[in-house]
Amino acid sequence: MDEIILMETIERYLGGEMTPQEKVFFDDLRKSNPEIDQAVVEHSYFLHGLEKYGAAKSFKHTLLEVESKLMDEGVISQPKLNSRAKVVQMWNKYKRNMAVAASIAGFISLITLALMVPLTKKYSNEGIQSLVKELNKTRTEVDKLKHAPSVPSATPQKAEPKVDFRGTGFLIDGKGYLVTNAHVISRMKNIYVENNKGDYFSASSIYTDNNVDLAILKINDTAYKTIVNLPYSIKRANSDLGEQFFTLGFPRSEIVYGEGYVSAKSGNDGDSTAYQLTVSANPGNSGGPVVNRNGEIIGIITAKDSKADGVVYATKSRNIFKLVDQLNKLDEKEQAVKTPAGNGLKGIDRVQQVKKMEEFVFMVVGN
Amino acid sequence: MNILENLEKDQLLLKGLAGNDKAAVEAIYRENYTMIQSFILNNSGSVDEARDIFQEAMVVLYEKSKDTTFSLNCKIKTYVYSVCRRLWLKRLQQLNKYNTQIESIEEVVPVEEEIEEHEKRNADFILMEHALGKIGEPCKSLLDAYYLQKKSMQGIADEFGYTNADNAKTQKYKCLIRLKKLFFAQYKNA
Repeated sequence: MDEIILMETIERYLGGEMTPQEKVFFDDLRKSNPEIDQAVVEHSYFLHGLEKYGAAKSFKHTLLEVESKLMDEGVISQPKLNSRAKVVQMWNKYKRNMAVAASIAGFISLITLALMVPLTKKYSNEGIQSLVKELNKTRTEVDKLKHAPSVPSATPQKAEPKVDFRGTGFLIDGKGYLVTNAHVISRMKNIYVENNKGDYFSASSIYTDNNVDLAILKINDTAYKTIVNLPYSIKRANSDLGEQFFTLGFPRSEIVYGEGYVSAKSGNDGDSTAYQLTVSANPGNSGGPVVNRNGEIIGIITAKDSKADGVVYATKSRNIFKLVDQLNKLDEKEQAVKTPAGNGLKGIDRVQQVKKMEEFVFMVVGN
Repeated sequence: MNILENLEKDQLLLKGLAGNDKAAVEAIYRENYTMIQSFILNNSGSVDEARDIFQEAMVVLYEKSKDTTFSLNCKIKTYVYSVCRRLWLKRLQQLNKYNTQIESIEEVVPVEEEIEEHEKRNADFILMEHALGKIGEPCKSLLDAYYLQKKSMQGIADEFGYTNADNAKTQKYKCLIRLKKLFFAQYKNA
């Protein structure tokens, strides 16, 4: 405690927040007490270092942003640029031949175009027809669904009872810890996770909490390599109404992006551990991260109201901390799970955010 | 463009750089990156290595731009080229790929001292990053919010869910004490 008071005093001294009398008094103290003098010097050096670190970090962040922008534009990463001189030389040398070749190419493309037109026309007609047919088919199916007696299932719709179950999960620690919904894995005997590169890893559930419908999985595959510095963080505070977000999930076997907004601060039946969201979500989206524009995870998609359109519930991100704390207390010999605190998604546009986020969102499958 | 205008433009860019201005960074990238890439590619490097070296040179230039005693007495282009060339030579030496005939198509200025300084700073940066990585959450975010993002104590208390600013402040000091210990402990070992 003494140390805290001393530190606070030093910070006020360094920050020039002291009254003149206080300052005189503290200056005297420094002169008479070499230990305090040393503490001031050390603290000032340290704060300076921390500040430099922060500045360098945000500059590096700017660099990466500029770099990724220029890479998208093709300014960077085109080794072709260097052989431009050679191409120019070649161009000059073969200009005549190329002109001839180009005119022939033009001829051919004209001919193919003429041939292609009726074919494509016919083809596209067929396409439209079949589309229409399919539309009719879906319409009748939709009608059927409407007329079917309403399913008496509980409001939160869980993953479909198929032979295989599929949900979504995302890394909360690069050492291979993922968060998903408890209901996603509740019926799985063997759990596998797959990243966007198509790599499969076997995983096991190491902690579940059915009250908030969350589970922590651990990848225990030797093929998995630890990832340092996840670019996102997890938000502790509540989100505000209207806060916009995006989600990533696996309603299909391919990653699907969705966006929406927080529409209520409680979930189904006034559940204060969840939010109500307006977003499109389908079976398979369960366990997917809800990410705000600063790259903070604000929730985890859990369920959807089958009676209302676009009403989706998400467990609040704060619950992740609770789970992690409990897990870390429970098992001391395991390496502690450290929640991510990256800010690599801050200040970049949505497309870039999604690109960076994608590789840390996993498909959770099992049987 | 005459020489004077060029100098003025460079001074403006440096100023922007010191303020972490994205437009300035982008302008310097656009003007110099291709030259550096062809230099590295022509001297047994890859595009990834070129990106890496250029980034490092940008950090050197950034550090210089923040130093009030520094005045650039050549074009940014020359400076960036000299730094990249020096950094690349060093890397080749480390990889034992050094061949004496590294071509120099551009004019170069001496930058050895700067690079040494930069390496020291880089080491400090890594020590701080390590220490921050070790203190864990919520300490890391708490210190980040106060010392780096300069948020107010009240704002932090709200964001992290502390009941009042004083509690958050006490927690912050506790975290800072831990960070300091971790940081200086590494220093002694290093």
